[in-house]
Amino acid sequence: MAFFIDQLLNGLSLGALYALIAVGYTVVYGIVQLINFAHGEIFMIGAFGALSTWIVLGWATGGSTAWWNMPLMLVGGMLVAVLTAVVMERFAYRPLRNAPRLAPLITAIGISIFLQEFIRLFYGEIPGFPDAKAAIPFPQIEFFTGDAVDVGGQLINRGTFFIIAALVVCWAFLWWFVNKTATGRAMQAVSQDPDTSRLMGIDVDRIIVIAFAVGAALAAIAGVAHGVRFGNIDFKMGFLAGLKAFTAAVLGGIGNINGAVVGGLTLGLVESMAASYIPGQFGGAAWKDVWAFVLLILILVFRPQGLLGAKVVDRA
Amino acid sequence: MRNKKLLGGAVALLSASMLFAGCGSRSEPAASGSAGGAATKVAKIGVIAPLTGDLSVMGLGIKNSVDLAIRQANESNAIPGWKLELAAEDDTATPDVGANAATKLAADKDVVGVVGTLNSGVAQSVQPILNSANIVMVSPANTSPNLTQGADLANPKRTYPNYFRVCTTDSIQGPFAAQYLFESGVKKLAVVNDKKPYGQGLAEAVATKFKELGGEVVSNQTVNKDDDDFSTVIDLMKAKNPEVVYFGTEFQLAGPMSKQMKDKGLAVPLMGGDGIFDQKFVDLAGAKSNGDLATSVGAPIESLASGKSFVEAYKAAGFSDGFSAYGAYAYDAANAIIASLKKSLPSASDASSARQATIDGMAAVSFDGATGKVGFDEFGDAITKTLTVYEVQELKWVAKKTGELK
Repeated sequence: MAFFIDQLLNGLSLGALYALIAVGYTVVYGIVQLINFAHGEIFMIGAFGALSTWIVLGWATGGSTAWWNMPLMLVGGMLVAVLTAVVMERFAYRPLRNAPRLAPLITAIGISIFLQEFIRLFYGEIPGFPDAKAAIPFPQIEFFTGDAVDVGGQLINRGTFFIIAALVVCWAFLWWFVNKTATGRAMQAVSQDPDTSRLMGIDVDRIIVIAFAVGAALAAIAGVAHGVRFGNIDFKMGFLAGLKAFTAAVLGGIGNINGAVVGGLTLGLVESMAASYIPGQFGGAAWKDVWAFVLLILILVFRPQGLLGAKVVDRA
Repeated sequence: MRNKKLLGGAVALLSASMLFAGCGSRSEPAASGSAGGAATKVAKIGVIAPLTGDLSVMGLGIKNSVDLAIRQANESNAIPGWKLELAAEDDTATPDVGANAATKLAADKDVVGVVGTLNSGVAQSVQPILNSANIVMVSPANTSPNLTQGADLANPKRTYPNYFRVCTTDSIQGPFAAQYLFESGVKKLAVVNDKKPYGQGLAEAVATKFKELGGEVVSNQTVNKDDDDFSTVIDLMKAKNPEVVYFGTEFQLAGPMSKQMKDKGLAVPLMGGDGIFDQKFVDLAGAKSNGDLATSVGAPIESLASGKSFVEAYKAAGFSDGFSAYGAYAYDAANAIIASLKKSLPSASDASSARQATIDGMAAVSFDGATGKVGFDEFGDAITKTLTVYEVQELKWVAKKTGELK
């Protein structure tokens, strides 16, 4: 039983990570029908932003690892990620808004490679910052990292709490933001019909920027959670995580925020359960990706719109 | 409908981008000074190692150490009438990029020998290319036994006459680790590997020997080389209560694994091979890595007089990166090639005509290198079978026991 609970928590925390990133894919897709493949790199940049914040704070505090570093790191990571996403939207995607669909897609892949290489080659050149050509240990912040916590005989990794709490808070915030604020309602309107929204006086460009920014902020939180949970970050961490999160978004029904969360959690759970409970030749951690994608294919065959379908009306 | 097509296209594009991600090679400009007198001819020693990417720490150490050996040979005018130059190529630890690098070096008529590769998997694709060009290849770090003795280890057969190595192999390193663990009282061992030729070969060798000695291998798992999350594997091992976890891989996976093990309450030592024997492992594994173990080939560099002088010369040369786990081996590998060149070059009219004679001369090479006695047996394997177990103490690797496989 303890083993099962361990696997459940592994799956949920991995799934929560996917879900936080998947929201960024889904929000942007819902509004501009663009699959922003550079989003995985925003997740990576968020983690590096948080690391940089900690390093800069360290110049004043002498490398303190007290708990209050964490909120500052989160804010720092989010700022850097949001800034990157907004600049990316302004200079790479907006000029291509009315271009054929493949053009922004290729641009997205280009930006993704650019951002990876930029961090890999440039990050270590900044005085006082570590070389990013190989994995960098993520700062060990008191309270958020360290020994597993004993909850009624069950040892639970602190990163697990952090990441699941992050997802719950972000999900609640998103629900409030999309449904209860004027901006959120404007986002829904734009996703349903951008032309009519514009006629109704909604600044569509602004809404698109907000969609990118919200996705980036969540991805940055996921980046920090990755550092806390797994203990290190590197320049290419966004690639596979981005691919998995994209899968999660499609699994849950791309364009649907709840779908991204459900898709992410499902994917994480399938990975961890398949790795631990499928016996013999096709079991074990090495096969987890195979089972995750087998599930994706099955779901798309029988339910092409994804688990929760597309809540957002499809323009096409 | 349009969206489905778009998704299909996106997936296709993405997989294409994954394919191409492995291509493209970067080459470092060869470190060279101005040529000496008009009469000096140039011969180049190539390096094929990962100069960028995850393993660049080790690759740059190899490149710099070869550079050091070449500079010293030029300063002492080791081969009268000839000047040696370095031709370093990046293999990004990827077999196909390594093959491109080998093709490029083979096409350069001045290249007389190559030091490389770091990864056994890359060596497999480099060996045949250099062999058909008759270029001697000396690896500082390949530990897969198949590279010298062929696929069937029960009936060893030398595959490529141009291939030599200065380090011991997994068929010795793995059993040595198993022997050390068993003798220090460990009875239950968990084995993990990353499915790369190096990690898998090593983990299998450890498991086989450990069982043979009478120990119990309670868990045998694999992970993917791009994994960040080892939670599931750790839980599977934890359920079997191992006393030590042996992980066949390199430091960039082993560090996080050690950290996550201890964070999850599996507080037993992690052990690995020479691939984790780097300070980077300790950096990634964090404060709880004390007690983790690694085997590495040879005796500790600091324990040999020749090793000490290598360390001092390396420091004095002012390289920006450290020599890492394989620097001393790369230095010895380069010096082994230079030793053979001393005989083959003076009588040769140009560098490419000396290639075959350089390979033939390798069997006679014998000297005291930075890592101990350097020389090769009939398969091209190192004659020295010494290994050392290192332990992390106060977040530094410390030599614990040097010995040979019984």
